[in-house]
Amino acid sequence: MRALIPNLQVEDAAPEMDAADLVMLMRWSRRWCPWSQIDGASGLLLDSAGSAHLHGGEDAMIRDMAGAFGALGLTANIAIAPTIGAAWALARYGGQRFAVCAGGQILERLAPLPAAALRLDGATTLLLVRLGLKTVGALAEVPRESLIRRFRKIEAFSANPVLRLDQAIGRQKELLVSEEIAPALRVVRKLAEPLGDAEGLSQVLRDLADDLCTIMEQKHSGARALRFTAYRVDGEVLSTEARTSRASRDAAHLVTLFDGLLERLDPGFGVEAAGLEVIDHEVLGGLQGDLHEQRRDTMAFAQLIDRLVARLGIGSVLKPVQRGSHIPERAEDLVPHAMLGKPDENPVQRPLETPLKLLATPEQAEVIHAVPDGPPARFRWRYKVHDIARSQGPERIAPEWWRAGPGTRLRDYYHVEDSEGRRFWLYREGLVGDGRGDNPRWYIHGLDA
Amino acid sequence: MNVLSGKPDFSLVSKDNCVVSGVGEANRSADDEISPILPDAPRLVELFADFRDGAAVGFALSQVPAGGSILWVQERMAALETGRPFGRAFARFGGDPEQLVLACSRNAADLLWAMEEGLRCSSLSAIIGEVYGDPRALDFTATKRLAMRAERQGVHVFLIRFQGSATLSAARQRWKIRSLPSVPHPFDDRAPGAPRWHAELFRARDMRPGIWEASYDRAAHRLDLVPPLCHPEMDQEDGQGGVRARAANS
Repeated sequence: MRALIPNLQVEDAAPEMDAADLVMLMRWSRRWCPWSQIDGASGLLLDSAGSAHLHGGEDAMIRDMAGAFGALGLTANIAIAPTIGAAWALARYGGQRFAVCAGGQILERLAPLPAAALRLDGATTLLLVRLGLKTVGALAEVPRESLIRRFRKIEAFSANPVLRLDQAIGRQKELLVSEEIAPALRVVRKLAEPLGDAEGLSQVLRDLADDLCTIMEQKHSGARALRFTAYRVDGEVLSTEARTSRASRDAAHLVTLFDGLLERLDPGFGVEAAGLEVIDHEVLGGLQGDLHEQRRDTMAFAQLIDRLVARLGIGSVLKPVQRGSHIPERAEDLVPHAMLGKPDENPVQRPLETPLKLLATPEQAEVIHAVPDGPPARFRWRYKVHDIARSQGPERIAPEWWRAGPGTRLRDYYHVEDSEGRRFWLYREGLVGDGRGDNPRWYIHGLDA
Repeated sequence: MNVLSGKPDFSLVSKDNCVVSGVGEANRSADDEISPILPDAPRLVELFADFRDGAAVGFALSQVPAGGSILWVQERMAALETGRPFGRAFARFGGDPEQLVLACSRNAADLLWAMEEGLRCSSLSAIIGEVYGDPRALDFTATKRLAMRAERQGVHVFLIRFQGSATLSAARQRWKIRSLPSVPHPFDDRAPGAPRWHAELFRARDMRPGIWEASYDRAAHRLDLVPPLCHPEMDQEDGQGGVRARAANS
């Protein structure tokens, strides 16, 4: 296709992101009416009953909607009708961008539309076309009893033209199920006098955390992420965020998450109001303590992780996770402890011992060996020469061709012990004459006890 | 075996070794010096080591209670110079990599803070801290806080100091650790065997200082301390691959 149209741009489809955008659009569309619902992959349903007059009538509301969607860069086909089915058909098959259908004229407006406008699936539409019922009008003219007899065993709405027709002309009720947006878990305190010191702010934070935990207890939720916002007298808004490693509504614990973060906020001439908001939360039932010592222990452990993360940063509190790879640095990943890192399905079991410590990046060493391609006899690392007394190896690890670049060389790992008993793990990258570069180089990769 | 009253047997040392080493000198005669018992009570232990040497890490890990969760805090410089802990090797010292929490701190002050935070948590069984050099934040007060909290909380705390100098400290035991040529490998003469370490206890609160050869008993998960031989030539011979009579003594 691109050969025919050179300036054609190709992008991968991302249905999940489209769906997420549609949810956002659905919430945004509640500016016109309080109830809205997602309809399929590309539609929105709004219940405009009783709210059209707020926008100056239905025509004016349609124009307002078209303008607003146009400003977002979207083209919308909009139809207002007494039933969901009729509006759906008019918007998609009506042939006009805007359509308003009054109560009595549904059948009249739908009659010329194809049968697919009744929200029927492909097989049923094909069946109707083969029966000669190409339009909604033709379907509606068929005696109802014979239609019912033909389709009485079909319960799915999308395959039963009778039910769909009833829904479209209002003979059968159809409900719009609007998703409730949970109110934000948020508490705000206005201060009698502006506060200028961090000590005062932390007192405010303690009060806010108490308030917030009361609310969360009523809602049976626990915070995973929090945002503290301070409103300064000069209109500046300062905010800082903290995360927990598991859902929590322990006020004292939530306060400790902000240790060291509050000091970074500059109160300027003073802070006149402060708020604490839950950005992310999870359902957290009541906790029964003390019967099992275990539970309190895991809680204490999670709180320790949170305190460490709050001060050192999320990337500095790590745990090793086994991966399915033979390359040592890939065999074990250090992932943030607060994340729920799942270990790989099939980690590699190494038959040979690994060193206790692994250097972050292998460091090059100059190696002398007695026989070519044999074990090393002496190496210089960090300006010091080590004589090798004993060595074990090689353990050959081939590059992962499905991941590494074409020039990657294999590694021969040796456990060595120098004359003083220090133990190292070093490897030779490549072989002489393997056609992947010049002489192989040696690297120190690990230190062992 | 030893006849120390009441103390739990953390490390067992046999005395036939003393006959081999010919310990007859006056300073070696004291019973507790020949066969020391590392106190089982958790406390702050300071280990001095060279940064090229992994010995101190193995020495610390062999004293950590098996299977417990470990908080391992590394200062940035120590992590760069000596590497990050490799979880897979923990099984060799009776540890479980699942139970490891690795924290990296920017400086020594953060490291001490993180270790103190770890001491407030009751579910840890050991804390290992690694410091490079002599940071100013690591003074007598800081070590005293760690030592007292470790004793109150009952957590083993190991402070490994690479390239550090033995300045004032409240650590209950202070060791200098370096590697020794390893025990011969049972199946391969040329391969490194089980590690041995030269452990010098130069200050301790309730033990007599001394010098030992330490090794890790994997089956029993304990640290064995053995007095060094008087004649290093014998050791040299052993280093060449001769059968070590003392290898399996404890």
